[in-house]
Amino acid sequence: MPASATSGTTVKEPATGVVARPSGASGAGRPGLGWAVPGLLFFAFFAIVPMLLVVALSFTAWEGLGTPEWTGGANWSRLWNDPVMRQAVWLSVLLTALSWLFQTPVALLLGVWSAGRQRNRAVLSAIFFLPLLASSVALALLWKTLLDPNFGLIADLGPYIGFPDGNLIGDSRGAFAAVVFVASWQFIPFHTLLYQGGARQIPASLYDAALVDGAGTVRQFFSITLPQLRNTIITSSVLMVVGALTFFDTVLILTEGGPGTDTTIVPYLMYRTGFQAFDMGYASAIATILVVIATSVSLLLVRLTGFGAMRSTREGM
Amino acid sequence: MRNILSPRGGRAVAAITATIVASSALAACGSDGSEAAGGGKEGTLNVWVYQDASTKVQEAAVERFNKTSDVKVKLTQVPGDSYQDKVRTAMGTPNAPDIFFNWGGGSIANFVEKDMLVDLTPEFEKDPKLKGAFIQSIVEAGKVNDKFYGVPMRGMQPVILFYNKNVFEKAGAEPPESWDDVLALIDTFKGEGVTPFALAGADAWPELMWVEYLLDRIGGAEVFQRIQSGDAEAWGDPAVLKTAQTVEDLVDRGAFGKNYASVNYTEDGASTLFAKDRAAMHLMGSWEFANQKSNQPDFVKESLGWTAFPAIPDGKGDPKSVVGNPTNYWSINAEAKEQETALEFVKFAAEEAYVGDLVDNGDVPTTSDAEERLASHSAPEYAEFQYEMVKAAPDFTLSWDQALPAQKADPMLTNIQKLFNGQLSAKDFTEAMKGL
Repeated sequence: MPASATSGTTVKEPATGVVARPSGASGAGRPGLGWAVPGLLFFAFFAIVPMLLVVALSFTAWEGLGTPEWTGGANWSRLWNDPVMRQAVWLSVLLTALSWLFQTPVALLLGVWSAGRQRNRAVLSAIFFLPLLASSVALALLWKTLLDPNFGLIADLGPYIGFPDGNLIGDSRGAFAAVVFVASWQFIPFHTLLYQGGARQIPASLYDAALVDGAGTVRQFFSITLPQLRNTIITSSVLMVVGALTFFDTVLILTEGGPGTDTTIVPYLMYRTGFQAFDMGYASAIATILVVIATSVSLLLVRLTGFGAMRSTREGM
Repeated sequence: MRNILSPRGGRAVAAITATIVASSALAACGSDGSEAAGGGKEGTLNVWVYQDASTKVQEAAVERFNKTSDVKVKLTQVPGDSYQDKVRTAMGTPNAPDIFFNWGGGSIANFVEKDMLVDLTPEFEKDPKLKGAFIQSIVEAGKVNDKFYGVPMRGMQPVILFYNKNVFEKAGAEPPESWDDVLALIDTFKGEGVTPFALAGADAWPELMWVEYLLDRIGGAEVFQRIQSGDAEAWGDPAVLKTAQTVEDLVDRGAFGKNYASVNYTEDGASTLFAKDRAAMHLMGSWEFANQKSNQPDFVKESLGWTAFPAIPDGKGDPKSVVGNPTNYWSINAEAKEQETALEFVKFAAEEAYVGDLVDNGDVPTTSDAEERLASHSAPEYAEFQYEMVKAAPDFTLSWDQALPAQKADPMLTNIQKLFNGQLSAKDFTEAMKGL
């Protein structure tokens, strides 16, 4: 029924649409609303409706069997006073910040480097790209073996980085560092690719002019490359932040949220509560918080950075 | 974005797509609703089993059963990790299994609460042969609220203290028979530069095995029975505190080495440490034998030894008692259409051919007359040791993470890991457990 309504409007609209086009250039106007209908329906069925259900479930007690039992705000007051949840929020924020700090410089430098025309660039870039091709579960299992304190790489490396017994993932800080490292290591190639694409778009004439003015490589990087990559940096950062907030699989396999709860980030806490403890009501409350945090952070990022306006970096050229 | 299609064409396509999406979604709802009568079709029995190397025993049983029965059994093998989730989501829907594999205790407690399972107590009462067919402590361990909901259908998996004969020989030591022996051995092996006990502390459940045995030896099986029956105050029992203090003591003495918190079981970290002569003992479920056999066959042949967990001085528990997973069980969905046939099928687990298949598969069956069959087991000595140990046990305590409802088991495992890591003191541990 909603479909027939939209088809009714779509018949009339094109005429006005064509007339209203200011520039008159072919296809320069915005496509009609009809285009959004499949996407909207899809989004409604698979995102909005489940999300509303989750919000409703957060006011119930449900073990995944039978009918959910209405408990009012019980889950929410429990959430407010739960030290594990508080810790999880803090750890999620920390993970987001640290992985951004780690990934951005590395991916930026690698990306800019691989945009050049050096010898062996293609071969090395292909090697850097490898972690992105494997599934994150396989990578986490690989790292779990590498971090075995008796037989893994860490048994030999540990003494040099402050873990003489190789006791890295059994240590609160060590385990968290391992999660940040593995997650970052895995996604750096993707962001490298973004920066490579961005750097390739920078007109060579800018560098030629800088060269004439006597600017060295470092000066060129900071005065031309970095400002020109502004929009790429924002795109990549938004992806990193949202990715880190909903990060899950590496924790599940590498540390299982431990030692104790010291790597239990919000998505893992949600999984554990919902699918291991079968406390669906409470897990739904956690999920709701996660949605709210992730959505507001990404909205905030878009606002603060002017990403929505997407001002061209090449204005006046 | 530039339009590839003309605006008009594009909108028509959009409208058509929207219609298709909407109508198919509605259709899907409709077909779900009409079948919601529940519980499987007549004429077939849907049986779900946890998929692993042992499922061939169930496959053979289904084949034999279908030869004589009008109602056919259809076996579905559900892969590993998702088994619990899948059963849970399916129960109460039309796609639920009629008969399903489970671990007894907490794994079915919620189903029992909601009256979703067939109470087998009358069957066991009516048919003494059925009840007598299995080792008493095993049948008892499968009880929920003093009623039977499961028929044992796989091998037993008690927790056993394994030791490395090679390491013991080098140190001139004997396997421990008392707690004093254990404490003395810790110093002996530390002197030798060997970790006394391999412990996979990155996974919390191997640490749980220690807690289970310690509490059983210190306070007896009834302390946990009280906990299991829902008495949270039982965590405040002095025996629980002493158990936690004993764990602290073991950790302080270096019983598990220094890096146990990073050692895993799932990627064979602890088992390799043990097999490579770098640890002297390993407290683990009986599956460790099969695990070592496939990874380190020479180690199993030459130097794998096993013994029972020793008694603790002044402990109330019977040193013959055992902890672990007694076995797995078949339970019947209360909504199953073919109840009679379902009963017949689960009783199949006691028949001779089935027990024979279990033995051939390397399992130690839980039937009370399995003894003479064990000679044909691939490791008869090991099988007989296990069988004798379990048969003589006055109590077989089900692994706590299986016995307790999932809502409690999960935070319990976290607290136990914290206790071993020194993140919770013994006193705080008991308080935290009382608060669950």
